[in-house]
Amino acid sequence: MYIKAAAAISPQVSFEQILQSPASYNSNRLNCAEPDYTKLFDARMIRRMSRIIKMGVAAAKDCLHQADVQSPGAIITGTAYGCLADTELFLSKMVEHKEELLTPTAFIQSTHNTVGAQIALMLKCHNYNNTFVHRGFSFESAMLDAITLLLENAVEDVLVGGVDEITDTSHTLLSRFGLYKQHAFSNLDLYNNHSKGTIAGEGAGFFLLSKKTTGNSYAKLDDMATLYKPSSPGEVAGFVNDFLHRNNIKAGDIGLLVSGENGDAANDKWYGDVKKILFNDTATQAFKHFCGEYPTAPAFALWLAANIMKTGKIPAHKKIKAPGKILIYNHYLTIHHSLYLLSAC
Amino acid sequence: MTKPVFITGAGVISAIGNNVQENLAALENGKAGMAKMEYLSSAHKEKLPVAEVKMNNEALAALAGMPAHISRTALLSAIAAKEAIQNAGLESLKGLRSGFISANTVGGMDKTENFFKDFLSDPQKGRLRNLVHHECGAATELVADVLGIKNYVSTISTACSSSANAVFYAARLIKQNILDIAIAGGTDSLTKFTLNGFNTLMILDQQYCQPFDENRRGLNLGEGAGYVVLVSEKVVQTLKQNPVCTLSGYCNANDAYHQTASSPDGTGSYLAMKGALEQSGLSPADIDYINLHGTGTQNNDIAEGTAIKLLFEGKYPKMSSTKSFTGHTLGASGGIEAVFSVLALQYGLIYPNLRFETQMAALPFAPETIFRKGEKINHVLSNSFGFGGNCSSLIFSKLQA
Repeated sequence: MYIKAAAAISPQVSFEQILQSPASYNSNRLNCAEPDYTKLFDARMIRRMSRIIKMGVAAAKDCLHQADVQSPGAIITGTAYGCLADTELFLSKMVEHKEELLTPTAFIQSTHNTVGAQIALMLKCHNYNNTFVHRGFSFESAMLDAITLLLENAVEDVLVGGVDEITDTSHTLLSRFGLYKQHAFSNLDLYNNHSKGTIAGEGAGFFLLSKKTTGNSYAKLDDMATLYKPSSPGEVAGFVNDFLHRNNIKAGDIGLLVSGENGDAANDKWYGDVKKILFNDTATQAFKHFCGEYPTAPAFALWLAANIMKTGKIPAHKKIKAPGKILIYNHYLTIHHSLYLLSAC
Repeated sequence: MTKPVFITGAGVISAIGNNVQENLAALENGKAGMAKMEYLSSAHKEKLPVAEVKMNNEALAALAGMPAHISRTALLSAIAAKEAIQNAGLESLKGLRSGFISANTVGGMDKTENFFKDFLSDPQKGRLRNLVHHECGAATELVADVLGIKNYVSTISTACSSSANAVFYAARLIKQNILDIAIAGGTDSLTKFTLNGFNTLMILDQQYCQPFDENRRGLNLGEGAGYVVLVSEKVVQTLKQNPVCTLSGYCNANDAYHQTASSPDGTGSYLAMKGALEQSGLSPADIDYINLHGTGTQNNDIAEGTAIKLLFEGKYPKMSSTKSFTGHTLGASGGIEAVFSVLALQYGLIYPNLRFETQMAALPFAPETIFRKGEKINHVLSNSFGFGGNCSSLIFSKLQA
């Protein structure tokens, strides 16, 4: 399986920016650096689409453009929260107007599969279209759907992505659950802040997966796996070990570990413990100081890893040569653990 | 030829019954589930009939073995999923790579919409326990934890085709040797959010719906959950009973026409049915019964009917929309109708399309109006089409002797 193209809209403008000087934010909320949509869509579309739809469709468009694919064999999306802004809009009006005088636009666009549907509509693509909405496994489910579709030989290539947005309301509500740090500091100092909470993030990451490579792929995707609700970091280490074993490699073969620490002390203990057991000597690259924490953040991690493979440049390790194998390990709120193994093409 | 995936059990809860037997009895007796709104509290109570599961959350919770304060979406799901496993003839899930793949469109919205009343008055107000299960995936996890399924959990949301997609995704994971067994389908509870959303689209019928009728006026919303148990060939050897049927074909295609409306010629529906037939290796003439998507809206029924007319030209199978019993249960409908399709094969049943009066002028066929038992049924096609042009067809086939 090859990653032929990778595109992301994230709080960082580009991979080059991350290498040179990552964007810094003095807030517990990292919003995406959105592109100039007027270059991508006509004014009527821009007016109609909510932010998550614009981000998703723009990232998908960039990805297809890179791969020079007009109409992919399948379009698969993962989103934990779906189209929050439209959901809130319809919900608020419904409550305020006591179920009267409502208009359908926000309701129509609140449907969880709107991003995938809008991509299909834009491309006039009649092929397979699916959307997964499983919290910290939303993107992982979309990826497994894509991989198994390719394995089934049902399609030649798949456009697969993960997308989630922050809204003022969702940020207020998730803050009430105690998810975010309450004091001001820079996202670039995230890991020096061993306090409770993390920083909120959002983004859209899309990939074109194919069974064949045409020579200019970003990376080979060897395998991926998920683990739901493990009881301890030890169980995660066992899961990672099994994963390495089924790919006939050892921990020492991993040139770079891309791992999902988010600055929350209790949360990051899981990463620390797994590293202690398996990856004591492995170079690591964190990523949530770039993109913030959100359920589909692994899509950003995969985009970052794909770019590291393509360029041979590692943001955190300027002197290390290009890794032959990258392992991504992420967990969301200790419930959803996922692994991705990439090889250089 | 790919490996077959077998269906060994089914579970359902809907407006016409709390389990398979009750649903079957209502289907046989022609007893529709629509009524005046009783459990959902909405301003449209007097105007819009709905197909509610006839139990309050406390009663559902007792049946599900879960707390009553959690989302009705999860309670309905647990009841149907438990029944599906009980009916599957398994000794135990132990040692099997098992998955729970459930679809829904509303998640915990039934709780969130009440939370929001307090929240809008003051952002620090509203009980968080009513928000904590808002995400669609939360309902799936609550139930997976009750079922003791850990290997694989996932949630699909593609509007009204959601749970059909869950069924074929489960089948693919079994074929690819990632899972041995999966409980797949979907759930949705009625909420003010969806009721008002569909109301703004002006596609709700103020009377009981009349799918595939020339004078149809729209759909009635319903709620419920439906799941089938899918297993690999290896697991079949260990079962206490013969599997009921196979999932012989499935296909998802996109209409790519409009966010909520179907194309007039039903391109997406046509491609989904055609793709499912190709995968199963069957020809249109092999299909004995079509469980229609048949919502009762002007737009769906003409699009679906036109696609059927084109694909089955000259030899139309018996068909009906069981939404005339259950209402349109959105994220649950593909699951509930998968269960009805499996039962049709198992017992040789054809379900009536209730309240049908006048054949659609544009179509050369009409749905079935009487319940039939003991029919020779080898292959059933089940259609589920949703917003975003999302069209899915599943084909269930009797085991070859």
